[in-house]
Amino acid sequence: MAAVERREEPAERPLVPRERPRSYYGLPIVRRPAWTWEVPLYFFTGGTAGALAAVSILARWSGQHRMGRSARRMALAGALVSPALLISDLGRPARFLNMLRVLRPTSPMSLGSWTLAGFGTALGMAEAADLAGLPVAVTGTMEGAAGILGPILANYTAVLLGDTANPTWRGGRHLLPFVFSGSSLAAAGGALCLAGPGEGRAASRRMVVVGTALEQAAFLAMESQLGPLAEPYRTGRGGRLAQAHRRASWAGALLVLAGRRSPLLQRLGGALALGSSALLRQAVYRAGFQAADDPAYLVESQES
Amino acid sequence: MGFFTDSSVCIGCKACEVACKEWNEVPDLKPAWSGNSYDNTLRLGANSWRHVAFVERVRQDDAAGVRWLMSSDVCKHCTRAACLEVCPTGAIFRSEFGTVVVQDDVCNGCGYCVVACPFGVIERREDDGRAFKCTLCYDRLKVGEQPACAKACPTASIQFGPVEELREAAQARLEQVRGQPGGEEARLYGADEGDGVGGFGAFFLLLDRPEVYGLPPRPEYRRRDVVTMWGAASVAAWLLVGGLAGALRWRR
Ligand code: SF4
Ligand code: SF4
Repeated sequence: MAAVERREEPAERPLVPRERPRSYYGLPIVRRPAWTWEVPLYFFTGGTAGALAAVSILARWSGQHRMGRSARRMALAGALVSPALLISDLGRPARFLNMLRVLRPTSPMSLGSWTLAGFGTALGMAEAADLAGLPVAVTGTMEGAAGILGPILANYTAVLLGDTANPTWRGGRHLLPFVFSGSSLAAAGGALCLAGPGEGRAASRRMVVVGTALEQAAFLAMESQLGPLAEPYRTGRGGRLAQAHRRASWAGALLVLAGRRSPLLQRLGGALALGSSALLRQAVYRAGFQAADDPAYLVESQES
Repeated sequence: MGFFTDSSVCIGCKACEVACKEWNEVPDLKPAWSGNSYDNTLRLGANSWRHVAFVERVRQDDAAGVRWLMSSDVCKHCTRAACLEVCPTGAIFRSEFGTVVVQDDVCNGCGYCVVACPFGVIERREDDGRAFKCTLCYDRLKVGEQPACAKACPTASIQFGPVEELREAAQARLEQVRGQPGGEEARLYGADEGDGVGGFGAFFLLLDRPEVYGLPPRPEYRRRDVVTMWGAASVAAWLLVGGLAGALRWRR
């Protein structure tokens, strides 16, 4: 038990402040997330895997088979890690199957769970069909299914955050999907720059550059739309993460461009692009804590 | 069925907090002095389903000194309940009494309701992992009893009954309070079906602005927001596909 020390107040200063109270003892109104580190990491692994699955089917259709297969295998790795992260975040991990107990259209998490389940199944079947030497059409169909679910997986997490009471997440709800889409695009390019086949180098570089441009533009637009609610992206931990993200992002794009003739620079750029995408999710996640903890954000956003 | 909490007659005795804890076997809080007037509960959560707020306020023109506002807060049992709509497991349901209840044998502790509630009511219990909040004494209602808090309240600050009737009573009470000293800023909070959550099943008569009591001024949850968000996400998904196709120099 903590004892409370009451210091002598000067006579002219009232014990109770006279200004217009904006909150109840400065206590938060909405709650900060109960989630743990796995969640923002999943936003990244799921988003990257989603974009890579789309690469896999597009590359197949355009005859870049080695590229397609490499993208698919990386996507599969992401599709295996992602549910593990999500399950370990649950308060009751043994009940993870309850996620598929109902399909609730009003819950982005419900739709997302079904998407992730379908996505992983399709990718697993594509890989199995490929290994078993089944007709190309089977592999292609499964890849196609994953390729359709992938882009949803890449940004439904933005809808999930937007559909909360958190003022900063909610305020950015229509632009955050574009930020996440761009970031996933850059991350897929980054992964392919880092470990993809030589034939896809040029395409991977373009992905990083286009993705970075989209993500940065969308982020700026979101910040200006948020106005004062963008403060958690500028101060504290959220601000530091956002800045680290921005730097890694631009550095990745520049290195990848500079790496046209140097595979080493290209790999480095790819790694930075991947890292920046992970940092972005961390920044958004952490900004949400700051936005929830200070009731002024909520009160001001609801007063006007 | 619902609650009308008339804060103008609340004496801050916390009988509701205690009765709720006893009946619902809500775990205790680690005792600590907050220094915030007589309030050491601080806010609603997994282990506090009723919370009595103590506001000390001095107004510039107030000769009477400190003005004390007390109000017993509770889950609002929203007509459009964000927690219920976002719950992916279907653990949260609307009961036959119109209340919002969590089924603790279904909840898997995903934590989505925690960030979705516009009032910060529902919370994941740390040692347990599942989400908990006021059930509006679902078990008592089923056998025709009134909720423990309403029964324990000695001043009838907490009234229980059909929401329609409570709203009428609240309107009448508001007019009474407005005419009295200290009642200039009195208002009903959550009694209007047209508000952002479609009205509360548990609404309040407050003597000051909601944020003074730690309540959001204009809580909101609308289904159509989810639709427009998915719209934006679809466009963003197509942009992603377009970007990839362009990068791969893919042509039909
Ligand atoms: S106040 Fe929060 S927990 Fe209670 S019904 Fe409304 S959204 Fe759900
Ligand atoms: S924590 Fe439990 S009650 Fe809350 S949304 Fe998740 S499954 Fe539903």
